[in-house]
Amino acid sequence: MNYSMIVYILGWVLNIEGLFLIPPCIVALIYGEKSGSAYLITMVVCLSLGLLVTRKKPHNTSFFSREGFTSVSLSWIVLSIFGAMPFVISGEIPHFSDALFETISGFTTTGASVLSDVEALSHCSLFWRSFTHWIGGMGVLVFILAVLPLRGGTRVYLMRAESPGPSVSKLVPKLKSTAMILYGIYVTITVLEVIFLLVGGMPLFDALTISFGTAGTGGFAIKNDSMAGYSTYLQGVVTVFMILCGINFNAYFFIISRRFKNAFRMEEVRAYLLIILASIAVIAFNIRDMFPSIFQTVHQAAFQVGSIITTTGYATTDFNIWPEMSKTILIALMFVGACAGSTGGGIKVSRLVILVKTIKKEILGIIHPRSIKKIKMDGHPIEHEVMRSTNVFFIAYMMIFAASVLLLCINEFDFTTNFTAVAATLNNIGPGMELVGPTHNFSIYRGLPKYVLMADMLIGRLEIFPVLVLLSYRTWKR
Amino acid sequence: MQIIIVGCGKVGTALTAQLCNEQHNITVIDSDSAVVNAISTTYDVLGITGNGSSYNTLIEADIEQTDILIAVTTSDEMNLLCCVIAKKAGNCKTIARVRNPVFNQELDFIRKELAISLIINPELAASVEIARLLRFPNAIEIDTFAKGRVEILSFKVPENSALAGLALWELSSRFRCDMLVCAVERAGELLIPSGNYTIEEGDMLSMIATPQNANNFFKHIGIHTNQVKTVMIIGGGGITYYLTQQLLAMGMSVKIIEKNKERCEELSDLFPRATIIHGDGSDSNVLFEEQIEDSDAFVTLTDIDEENIMLSLFAMDKVRTKVVTKVNRVNFSAVIHSLNLDSVIYPKHITAELILSYVRATQNSIGSNVETLYKIMDEKVEALEFIIQPTLRIINTPLRQLQLKENLLVACINRKGRIIIPGGDDCFMIGDTVIVVTTVSGLQDINDILKDR
Repeated sequence: MNYSMIVYILGWVLNIEGLFLIPPCIVALIYGEKSGSAYLITMVVCLSLGLLVTRKKPHNTSFFSREGFTSVSLSWIVLSIFGAMPFVISGEIPHFSDALFETISGFTTTGASVLSDVEALSHCSLFWRSFTHWIGGMGVLVFILAVLPLRGGTRVYLMRAESPGPSVSKLVPKLKSTAMILYGIYVTITVLEVIFLLVGGMPLFDALTISFGTAGTGGFAIKNDSMAGYSTYLQGVVTVFMILCGINFNAYFFIISRRFKNAFRMEEVRAYLLIILASIAVIAFNIRDMFPSIFQTVHQAAFQVGSIITTTGYATTDFNIWPEMSKTILIALMFVGACAGSTGGGIKVSRLVILVKTIKKEILGIIHPRSIKKIKMDGHPIEHEVMRSTNVFFIAYMMIFAASVLLLCINEFDFTTNFTAVAATLNNIGPGMELVGPTHNFSIYRGLPKYVLMADMLIGRLEIFPVLVLLSYRTWKR
Repeated sequence: MQIIIVGCGKVGTALTAQLCNEQHNITVIDSDSAVVNAISTTYDVLGITGNGSSYNTLIEADIEQTDILIAVTTSDEMNLLCCVIAKKAGNCKTIARVRNPVFNQELDFIRKELAISLIINPELAASVEIARLLRFPNAIEIDTFAKGRVEILSFKVPENSALAGLALWELSSRFRCDMLVCAVERAGELLIPSGNYTIEEGDMLSMIATPQNANNFFKHIGIHTNQVKTVMIIGGGGITYYLTQQLLAMGMSVKIIEKNKERCEELSDLFPRATIIHGDGSDSNVLFEEQIEDSDAFVTLTDIDEENIMLSLFAMDKVRTKVVTKVNRVNFSAVIHSLNLDSVIYPKHITAELILSYVRATQNSIGSNVETLYKIMDEKVEALEFIIQPTLRIINTPLRQLQLKENLLVACINRKGRIIIPGGDDCFMIGDTVIVVTTVSGLQDINDILKDR
């Protein structure tokens, strides 16, 4: 294990975090808020620590899979711990464990909050909360890949560990350029959304924070009623952008590089859009009596479906009081998640597509025992290795889910609350049902369950294995 | 640059590693997905599983934006087909590895007709390298130009040499051979000398000449080149074939020891002047019987690395001048280096190096009219090859009338295969290739050799 290289990368993570802390400082300056000093202090701490560590590149630059996985999960932990500091220093979230929960929830783009009164926060804290979504959405390591001169192998291992989805897909030969293209698309989507929101008459501060939350598929709102207070147009814009951010970014790259055929051929995106349309239709039919017009019904259904499947977690209405059928569909969508290679969480549509195809293959194997069938996706055969790791992912995911629900039961809340709390954190969504529904928050969890939920958020964002690698004693054994 | 490498064997992997290090954008194609996975997790490259000669696969690899395609699969025909299709699909430069000696006679035809930029025969390349080692066992650095017709040789002027104290203009007439000193390094300082420059002991000279003239020159000035006269080769494979051809042409006496009777007969048919021994080269009796002590050089070219290494270790203290060992596997070069074998030849390295130098030259010449670019004298001097286009202003003007830049020399003109070491009365003609040696970097065009006005 090459510790010096891991520390070096962590140093860079701190440097980058220090830079990312500049915008909230500016916000504090604009609004003349005292809590800005907390951000300034954290920034100085991050930068001085980071610069100290990254002053010299380590001699031993050997970097392999285990270093990649460990440094990715450690990066996210370091990022969250330092990101929580401003909340504690400024006294806006006095308990460190609460602040950490809030920050992890931010960086992992979950959007689950422990605050009952969001509006009491200062502007700079609101901004930082939403900004962590934006940073975490595309991934800090991806950003580092784009800017840092690292050796080829190092990049590949980092990317493999951080990028969501069953297999790493590069857009262009160089990871550095791939990372730049991804961030380019990401920034463009964010800017477009800000413009559309401004056109609808939303104040700039709201437009920025809402866009950060949408693009990163996070879900921290700056109002206590989440998105319910905004006009239908604004909610519509957010719906569209949430769904756009849940699409595999490769599709955008194909469109930019005018390979429309490839973009259209992406089975995952088609399945994703199909699931969305079907869910909207069913839910709209189910809740048809709750809203005055068909338009309103479809609009509400679409917003909630888009918000849940992309794992964003904004809400325009309390879907906790919806009929059971709609609620069940929404909970199912929590697990489906967005596309691989997007900013969303969950199991990912592509994994489900692969799993369904494996089942089909298994059935075929029973009917025709000698048959040989290659499973294909987007016209390419799926390698056995990918299928195997998808299956293992699914098993590990289910086990972690079950274990988390078991651990949460010490709180003696009802089953739906615990079940959806884990679903909402492990899938990086935000609100669950019942006591953690859209009008409630996660402050009901104290002690161990809170840490379990924090771990679930990280496990969900990093797609299980980086965290498990970090916890495996073999990683640290010489 | 955008580069596609088809075939991820040893050479493909070595190329990927090196080119990746040099910050090129690499896409690798191989039909074995396990190999593609392995290479794309170790290096920052895009891996595509598929047939490199398929149009669709190439399109997927973005052939239209590609600058160079390198085909190094195991099959010659596949490599050639890849290049042809890539050329048609993307109009990029193409490099193919072609091993079969059958094609060797036809390389020029294939290259021209299929529009392939570079064809590399690893066995031929390795044999050229070995022949060079045997020709000048002393430390003389050689770069070849104009497809091997001209060489730039760098050597140190030894103490008490006949050269010391002579001015450069005296050299040609004095030693009656056509050559030109094109760069001198004295006490760490590098310059392109004029005719009045006087040579001193310890100068590092770079001179340009044909291989023939170079040999004569070294003979005349009494630099002991230690040229090998008798060579013993173990193993009668492809490299042996090419090597024997060259060594015989240089007038050396060649003895080949080969196990396979039929191959012996083939070789004896091909090279009547060589001595072909049917026997086991790893049997020391056979070696003593064939007077290993009387050979100047000992070259081990069997297919088995271990056998080559053991044989060379055995021969080290018995052979007079040179022991050359061929090693196929490149993974353990550090270990092999520590054995202190005299010279070790890695055919895979040589192939990779040739391709790399072509890629580097292409990169240097992007957007310019430079045909090839070489760096000599520890990369401090550039030797550039230009083709004279009909539109050039200075055609048919004698060189003495041209106002050339400082530290620049027109070193050689290749006129339809005839090598001219130019004097003041020579001039450029359409279709010539011209080699210019200079310490000024960044020349883009033959017009750039003139002084700025």
